[in-house]
Amino acid sequence: MKKIMVGLKRVVDYNVRIRVKPDGSGVITDGVKMSINPFDEIALEEALRIKERGEAEEVIAVSIGPADAQQQLRTGLAMGADRAILVQTDKLVEPLDAARTLLKLIEKESPELVIVGKQAIDDDNGQTGAMLAALWDRPQGTCVSEVTFADGKATVTREVDSGLETIEVDLPAVLTADLRLNEPRYVKLPDIMKAKRKPLETVSLDDLGIALDPQLEIVKTDPPAQRQKGVMVEDVDGLISALKDKGLL
Amino acid sequence: MLIRRREIDFLLKEFLKVGELLNCERYANHDGDTIDGLLDTAYAIAEKEFLPYASKADIEEPEFIDGQVKLIPETQAAVNAYSEAGFIGAAFAEDDGGMQFPWIATQAAGAVFASANVGFYGYGMLTAGAANLLNTFGSPELKSRFIPAMLEGRFFGTMCLTEPQAGSSLADISTLAQPLEDGRYSLRGTKMWISGGDHQLGENIVHMVLARISGAPPGVKGISLFVVPRNLVDEQGSSGEKNNIALAGLNHKMGWRGTVNTLLNFGEGGQCEGYLVGEPNKGLAYMFQMMNEARVAVGMSAAALGYSGYMHSLDYAMNRPQGRPLTSRDPEQPPVAIIKHPDVARLLLAQKAYTEGGLALSLYCARLLDEEMITSDPEQKKALNAMLGLLTPIAKSWPSEFCLEANKHAIQVLGGYGYSREYPVERLYRDNRLNPIHEGTHGIQGLDLLGRKVFMDGGMALGQLLRMVREDCARVSVTPALSQYAQLIAKATEDMIRVTGMLVADAGKGEAEKALANATLYLDSLGHLLVAWTWLRLARISLEALEDAPGTDDAFYQGKLKACHYFCTYELPRVNSNARILAMRDGLFTEMQDEWY
Repeated sequence: MKKIMVGLKRVVDYNVRIRVKPDGSGVITDGVKMSINPFDEIALEEALRIKERGEAEEVIAVSIGPADAQQQLRTGLAMGADRAILVQTDKLVEPLDAARTLLKLIEKESPELVIVGKQAIDDDNGQTGAMLAALWDRPQGTCVSEVTFADGKATVTREVDSGLETIEVDLPAVLTADLRLNEPRYVKLPDIMKAKRKPLETVSLDDLGIALDPQLEIVKTDPPAQRQKGVMVEDVDGLISALKDKGLL
Repeated sequence: MLIRRREIDFLLKEFLKVGELLNCERYANHDGDTIDGLLDTAYAIAEKEFLPYASKADIEEPEFIDGQVKLIPETQAAVNAYSEAGFIGAAFAEDDGGMQFPWIATQAAGAVFASANVGFYGYGMLTAGAANLLNTFGSPELKSRFIPAMLEGRFFGTMCLTEPQAGSSLADISTLAQPLEDGRYSLRGTKMWISGGDHQLGENIVHMVLARISGAPPGVKGISLFVVPRNLVDEQGSSGEKNNIALAGLNHKMGWRGTVNTLLNFGEGGQCEGYLVGEPNKGLAYMFQMMNEARVAVGMSAAALGYSGYMHSLDYAMNRPQGRPLTSRDPEQPPVAIIKHPDVARLLLAQKAYTEGGLALSLYCARLLDEEMITSDPEQKKALNAMLGLLTPIAKSWPSEFCLEANKHAIQVLGGYGYSREYPVERLYRDNRLNPIHEGTHGIQGLDLLGRKVFMDGGMALGQLLRMVREDCARVSVTPALSQYAQLIAKATEDMIRVTGMLVADAGKGEAEKALANATLYLDSLGHLLVAWTWLRLARISLEALEDAPGTDDAFYQGKLKACHYFCTYELPRVNSNARILAMRDGLFTEMQDEWY
């Protein structure tokens, strides 16, 4: 392979306790620690390992988001990506628009493999990878926990409800990374400095000829309901009737 | 639990304006992203490699088996992750093989590691300290032989000062260095309390050893500094045969058990080779030049351990239902979380005020160290050095004393569970109990402050410091929400100025013993005043943030305002009452006779 493209989404860090905006229009991100979506970090780690095994020549990290998403691309470069592209927009980008945008970058870069996280932890849509494969009209391997390459094909182990499924896909293809695919490396401090000198290109949606076409309307954002207080039951019969009351038995 | 990232970001960016620090030449290669990157990596490693094993490292303390130290295996993975990421050399100059990160940033990262697992953190911290000492005073040949391997984490470092008969009084050390014909020395003696003194984590250990060259003058004027490797190192930097440093035993500590603590016999079983660092008889002076950094770092780790306990007890208090509100005792009502009980709120607020205040004070000192390092103006460098000299005993002692108090409160919040080993708060207390003891005990810091630092340059540094406190009080006095605190702090400042004048006059009259008898009380009082001042500054920033960008992070800033209120209302009055005691020049402690106890 010559090129692997990896999608990195800027999301609220997984350690942050999410707070909903008072008007319910979304969650608060001002002054909140932002990070690479953890599944995307796994995607990048896998691309780097493929390159380090000598099976790819270049890893390109791409993101769609505000100017500040450069921070996440810099982190990706510090992990080991060779260069980065930011498609800069302050607008909310839905999965279908993200897939359309990524397709434009694919047309420009012609990668043999695209890896993204199986979902982003902000909205948990889990759609971009699959939509991208459909628009690109190439095979996809989603929820990947293991991948090997031979003869222009990828052998992919997928995590499915019933266990593991192994499929073979022709390249070029889209893979979406699951949690157990790998354990991402720690960024080394010298590599943070080196990342500053790696190329990071910024383009606009206009440059790519993309006009966002939102399909979704956010009606309301609510924090999760508070956990209900537990009750003590007298005996097993009490437990059974309590479960029946809840429709669980 | 780790120090919250929001806390570190607030202190670095909003309080200490790390961005302004980056404008200088030394830090020209750094920007907000590299600082964030350093912290991101610190948090990732601390969370995955340090935190999960803090309890195990405590329960399975180091063992002495077949002449070797046995540590839990997770220690190796953690110190490898730490050194491979580049943390040991992070603050070193690029020319010396480091990353030239600002001191304040690496210290903040250190606090995060300490909050995760202070025992594992010890190895890297000690190695960086030893390398820094060697880097500052060693010859180019010694530096090139040892430092690159230390920064890579192949060689670890220790500080060997104390001996069984000479603890706080280093004047009495007796380890002997006999000159050999080719400029090397043969060392012989016993060193006590050596953290990281022996282990298999790296290929070698580099001991920085204080010893007397034969024929040297007695007392502190005859102490020299040596670098003594566990295994001899050739010119190419490869470790070879053993250098006759015998591991005589392990010390079994109350806490901080993840860092092995040893008794070492130098020169047992054959010649132990050492190399003089700098000039003869200057060893203690060299050590003391590094003392500001080391002592500020101790205060920082004390604040980190206190903070971790605060996080655990806060979590527990929010989730533990027990009892009913004072206003409604109806047993049919569901119990409330204990955080709703006023006395639990008191215990939590005290922890918040001690630990966040202590951390802010420590990082403020780290910033002054940066400023001292980067200024090219000799006058300014001298003034900053004096200011740091004055602040160091306080930055070391105040968090060590009061963040330990925070750990006590954390146990109290958990009640019986807090006293059991199933919860980490008792371990954090034990870990933190070391901090008022090592790197100069609490009492020694009091003597350092009142016996030396207050007098330096005719009291210039103290005058300058208290002027800054007064100016901040005056500035804030027009802000209605904060003016009450400014008044309280201004009053406490005047009290401290008054008693300082009295004590200085006593010393001037040759009554040093009388003046110094209550030095510890003086230390605690000045510490409380400075932490109140720190809270006032944090409160001012928080108030501005609440006004400038309401709705973004109101709870965080409100919490700061409440902690300022707590500290100035409930804690600061100690300064006034201590000042009354100090003004009495009470002779009790000097008059006591042994038989009266």
